[in-house]
Amino acid sequence: MEILDILLSATFWTAAVRIASPLIFATMGELICERAGVLNLGIEGIMVAGAFAGWMAVYSGAGLWTGVAVALVVGMAFGLVHGVLTVPFGLSQHVVGLGITLLATSATYFSYRLMLPEVTSPPRIAAFAELPVPVLSEIPVLGPALFSQTPLTYAAFLSAGLTAFVLYRTPLGLAVRAAGENPSAVEAQGLSVAGLRLGAVVAGSGLMAVGGAFLTMSAFNSFFFEMVNGRGWICIALVVFGAWRPGKALLGALLFAAFDALQIRLQQTGLGAAIPYQFFLMLPYLLSILALVLMSRRAEVPAALMVPYNRGER
Amino acid sequence: MRLEPIPEPSPARIAGLPALALGGTVAIAMALALVAGSSPFAVLGLILQGAAGSKYALLETLNRATPLIFTGLAVAVAFRAKLWNIGAEAQLYLGAVATVALGTLPLGLPAPLLIPALMAASVLAGALILLGPAWAKMRLGVDEVVTTLLLNFVVLLLVSYLLEGPMKDPMGMGWPKSERLVAEARLPRIVEGLRLHWGFGIALICAGLVWVMQTRTTLGYEMRAVGLNRQAAAFAGIPVTPVVVKTALISGGLAGLAGFSEVAGLKGSLTLDLSPGFGYTGIIVAMLALLNPLGVVVSALFVAGIFVGADSMSRTAGVPSYIADILLASALLLMVLVLMLTRFRIRWD
Repeated sequence: MEILDILLSATFWTAAVRIASPLIFATMGELICERAGVLNLGIEGIMVAGAFAGWMAVYSGAGLWTGVAVALVVGMAFGLVHGVLTVPFGLSQHVVGLGITLLATSATYFSYRLMLPEVTSPPRIAAFAELPVPVLSEIPVLGPALFSQTPLTYAAFLSAGLTAFVLYRTPLGLAVRAAGENPSAVEAQGLSVAGLRLGAVVAGSGLMAVGGAFLTMSAFNSFFFEMVNGRGWICIALVVFGAWRPGKALLGALLFAAFDALQIRLQQTGLGAAIPYQFFLMLPYLLSILALVLMSRRAEVPAALMVPYNRGER
Repeated sequence: MRLEPIPEPSPARIAGLPALALGGTVAIAMALALVAGSSPFAVLGLILQGAAGSKYALLETLNRATPLIFTGLAVAVAFRAKLWNIGAEAQLYLGAVATVALGTLPLGLPAPLLIPALMAASVLAGALILLGPAWAKMRLGVDEVVTTLLLNFVVLLLVSYLLEGPMKDPMGMGWPKSERLVAEARLPRIVEGLRLHWGFGIALICAGLVWVMQTRTTLGYEMRAVGLNRQAAAFAGIPVTPVVVKTALISGGLAGLAGFSEVAGLKGSLTLDLSPGFGYTGIIVAMLALLNPLGVVVSALFVAGIFVGADSMSRTAGVPSYIADILLASALLLMVLVLMLTRFRIRWD
């Protein structure tokens, strides 16, 4: 049976982990923002900006990790704009987020056209190469999938672990989580809710941009328009699907990526000959909608999500 | 830092701050022109000239504004009830699909019957696709921003399938495009000889109708109440879920009309690039108009002018036409900020 063949092959799982990597970065980024109480709809645009910024840095001669750092800084900059408008100024998080997505995307396309005016096909860079972990990558199926990836994939898993550790095992993480659940309690402790939320949005946006950079520096080696293609919005669904917990969100990203990898491979099978390819491409988006609908129990939403906090107000 | 409400903002504040936002947008335009290596004033001049400097330019702006009025109205109606309809793009395309599906059939209907039928079909198509996310929002608490957004991608893929398959023009030489509409399905020009079609007229009528609905009908009142405070509206006896459903139907229907107008008025057939993001731009149009339906007309003309002007400018001065998108996104953010500042004062404690 063709599906079984696909599911048992190492290349399938390797592809799934690779597809999951940008989603992991961006989902953790969004999770941090939402845990602090801020919905960041700028995620799609920030991923585009990060994808371009990192790639452009390497194209201009910088090293690969420097490119990642550039993407991080660009993401943090957009995050700062978003944070300032939504936290101290308390503007609508929906509108500001959408505005940031539009701003970041258009700024990226403008910069691309400006810096590369005469190109007909997108130029390439020397992207991250695979870095197999000795011994562990020899394990059948799981070995190459988990341990024969690029360094940026390992960084993605590290970011998930770091997010979980900071959120649940450090006082800072506790404060961030409390800012999203009960801001008055945070202020009562003498901490600044605005500072925590702003910091969370900046940090989260940086991660989102690195997720975007993964696309141009690890998964592929060039930048093209429509590259992110809705992945940012899917990550928002993944945060809900993961009930705002890093571990579950990580599993959600992997599950989703597996479906995406499956859908690509199914197109080559007998099923793919019968059903037009567009329906396969629809699956990731439909799955995300399904995930949102299924996880619609509101009990786990951070209580102060999208509620602006004004110090001194009841 | 603290925000202190201002009980009675002065007229200078109410008028001056938005003017400042506009000035800020112009300043950003000039900065971008400099970055691109062009003279800021030349670039601004070329944009203005490209938007309204000739009869051709003006007509182009009006044509570009037509779908934006529809989607702007769609978004304004929805946002006022706090229904975050980001799916106007999908609703537009489905309206176009409905128009083409019916409008290419050899039904033999005369134009006065066929055109309203096509309009009704487009309204229905756009409305129905928004119902799902609206229901999920009311019944399950699912945030409609993401559901409507994701549906945009799904619908675009569906249209791609339709254009390569069932709706493909057999005479199209292999290009994925639909058959052309029958002559009776085409919207006539407003003035003979000028390239402006009746879609613009219908858009203006819709703006008027929406304004009447919002200011003079119970439903309009209920929509505003639900948008301002859902719990208070429910407590006051307003049937919140039916109101949101009706909002979704109207909003989706208006966006569907945008698709009808583009196909029946401008293009004559359906291709995948029918909309360069009219659904998303409608959000900017609506926000700049402060969700006011009559303001949407002005805002759509402004936004269309910027796009048309930037296109024309970029052909001459070489500054990438994406400058228009940057300007509009900045205008959106500045406008939202400035609106708050007209009602609040910043206090540094």
